[in-house]
Amino acid sequence: MFKEMHDLFRWAWLIPALPFLSFLLIAFVTKRSKGLSSTVSILAILTALGLAVAIGLGIIQSGAEIVEHPVIVSANWLNIGGLKINFGTIVDPLSAMMLFVVTLVASMVQIYSLGYMHGDKGWSRYYAYQSLFASSMLGMVIATNLLQLFIFWELVGLCSYLLIGFWYFKVSAREAAKKAFITTRVGDFGLLLGILFLYNKFGTLDFTALSAALSTSLQNVAVVGTAGYVTVMAFLIFMGPMGKSGQFPLHVWLPDAMEGPTPVSALIHAATMVVAGVYLVAKMYFLFQASPAALQFVAGIGAFTALFAATIAIAQDDIKRILAYSTLSQLGYMIFALGVGSYSGSMFHLMTHAFFKALMFLGAGSVIHAMHEKQNIWDMGGLWKKMPITGWTFFIGVLAISGIPPFAGFWSKDELLANALQNGHPIVYAVGLFTAFLTAFYMSRLFFVAFMGPEKPENHPHESPWTMTIPLIVLATFSTIGGLAALPSHNFAFFIHFGEFEPEGMNWGLAGISVIAGLLGMGLAYYIYIKKAISSESIVARFPVPYKILKNKYYIDELYLWIIHNIMDGLAKVLYFFDIYIIDGIINGIALLTRGSAKGLRRMSTGQLQTYAMVFFFAVVVIFMVFAFGEGQFSSLNPLAMLGGVK
Amino acid sequence: MNLGNLSVGLSTYLLVGAMLFCLGLYGVFAKRNIIAILMSLELMLNAVNINFVAFNRFLWNQKIDIHYILTGNVAALFVIVVAAAEIAVGLALVITIYRNRHSTNVDEFDWLKW
Repeated sequence: MFKEMHDLFRWAWLIPALPFLSFLLIAFVTKRSKGLSSTVSILAILTALGLAVAIGLGIIQSGAEIVEHPVIVSANWLNIGGLKINFGTIVDPLSAMMLFVVTLVASMVQIYSLGYMHGDKGWSRYYAYQSLFASSMLGMVIATNLLQLFIFWELVGLCSYLLIGFWYFKVSAREAAKKAFITTRVGDFGLLLGILFLYNKFGTLDFTALSAALSTSLQNVAVVGTAGYVTVMAFLIFMGPMGKSGQFPLHVWLPDAMEGPTPVSALIHAATMVVAGVYLVAKMYFLFQASPAALQFVAGIGAFTALFAATIAIAQDDIKRILAYSTLSQLGYMIFALGVGSYSGSMFHLMTHAFFKALMFLGAGSVIHAMHEKQNIWDMGGLWKKMPITGWTFFIGVLAISGIPPFAGFWSKDELLANALQNGHPIVYAVGLFTAFLTAFYMSRLFFVAFMGPEKPENHPHESPWTMTIPLIVLATFSTIGGLAALPSHNFAFFIHFGEFEPEGMNWGLAGISVIAGLLGMGLAYYIYIKKAISSESIVARFPVPYKILKNKYYIDELYLWIIHNIMDGLAKVLYFFDIYIIDGIINGIALLTRGSAKGLRRMSTGQLQTYAMVFFFAVVVIFMVFAFGEGQFSSLNPLAMLGGVK
Repeated sequence: MNLGNLSVGLSTYLLVGAMLFCLGLYGVFAKRNIIAILMSLELMLNAVNINFVAFNRFLWNQKIDIHYILTGNVAALFVIVVAAAEIAVGLALVITIYRNRHSTNVDEFDWLKW
């Protein structure tokens, strides 16, 4: 049985290869034909989804065996000196879960885009980028070593840039694309440094080999300073996830990335690419595990980002921005879960979040489509009646993210919150719980205002076409039942865990507290926005300063702008002067010296034949003298001696 | 007067050659007319020829060496042949320049300077 599965797992490379093939086909063959381009792309991703499902089922059937021994297929790619880099695929429960999530969301988004992008001029280009993104993301997920992962990591960054700036004729889209790319590059710089450090220390970049090398070097007490070295490397590696997964202080690009088409936001900036950082931390967990300081830092950054982004989301009016800040907040959950040692919980939340956040983004896209590009929630209202499928599926998404049982978000959020408390991080637990309350509040606010508020007569919303509603229904189904992976005895944590597997029962008491926090948030939103028992205007009037700060996202963007304008530009000016006057001065000085001396020296060629002859003659005389009377190395060439007995 | 001291030896020939060479050198440096310079050049070449022939005559000890070797004389013949070829080319250049410039003064021929 396992042998057959083994053969199936060896074909995992097809999953990223198919979308890449479709990208090439669209770019070079079918770009003139819109229908063909989208068909090729969707067929490729659906085939990949089929393969991913087959692999997932194979994993579940293989049971404990695959958990202990992942199937690795790799071929040597390059050899430079001692550096050996392989390219290959690794199939274990973690990568299989990611393969399934990415292919599912990507195929849903591509089908959805048939409706959403209808009539767009860049149709073929859109599907080409979508295919390239799917291929890069899937390639990253099954990478066997850090360098391969890094290559695909940068490729997804590139696709993100291309898709945010998809409507390049909009200035804001161009600016947002640049901001996203540059901000994540800041983190990637640290990641690359970390990779180089790891290679320098352990001489390999393979995940399995690195893990083994690290544990042997930690056991060897004689190696002084290993712990400190590990901490530095973990911090550097973590910079990559901070950029990619939008952790404070590199979170600023994600809300702006909403300038891209909404399906892109759903796929890249909610469900898949932004969790790449979380996935990387999980992949490198053996490194973080070895450094308590790094884990503490990861937990702190994650918890802070979760709370920070949730408070901003409360005061936003743009439907996509609320979802963007909610994504940041949920990414914070996943990161702090890793920090507090809830490896399975984090990965579980990654999966359920991909389902319900993609669902909500696609729902938001459906709403924006119906509202003719209006994105302010206060311009909407009464959408539930006009758009029942979008309304119901969005409601499922809200329930899932608020942690209401039996929807998916409840199980995963509960698991990681419970682990935070059990592993001795009460502050992180408290922050997570409060954030859960805030999450339920702002999500319900969005839902109540946009879907249940009073109808606006100027709007004529209508339900979206079936190409858009079917993906919503599929994702809503997964958002509902996805959490059940936690229930049976061979549950989620059995397959995806770090170190020894310890079966844990549900802690119903803690789960109850989480549910109460979620219900409180929803109830408060209900009182403010439906019952109008407390007027939202009066709250704003009572606390004008906090409201303004939240509305302006804590002025982080302004702060960065100020730093760039004042400190960076000042530094740049100093360097500019150094470059112009010192570096260029030296270069130009040498050139000027050469030119000046040449100007003087060329006076020597007078064109006078007899002058030349005279110089030539006397030079010969001088050389003769040197040979004849000089000492040392010339004496053997003495012409007088060679002549011999001249009388 | 001791006639024995006046015997014509190698030094005498070399002296004549050196004087001839200096005369030619002076001509090359001092004359303005390019024909005169070419003539002086011939003087210098022939000064070298005298040296060749003289060395060939005096440096070989005929009593020891069975074969009398004419290396120096042959070298002198070579110089004469090459000088003839060189003067043919030189005069051709002089005629071309004269046709273009109506002058034989080398001071005026400085158009190849910087």
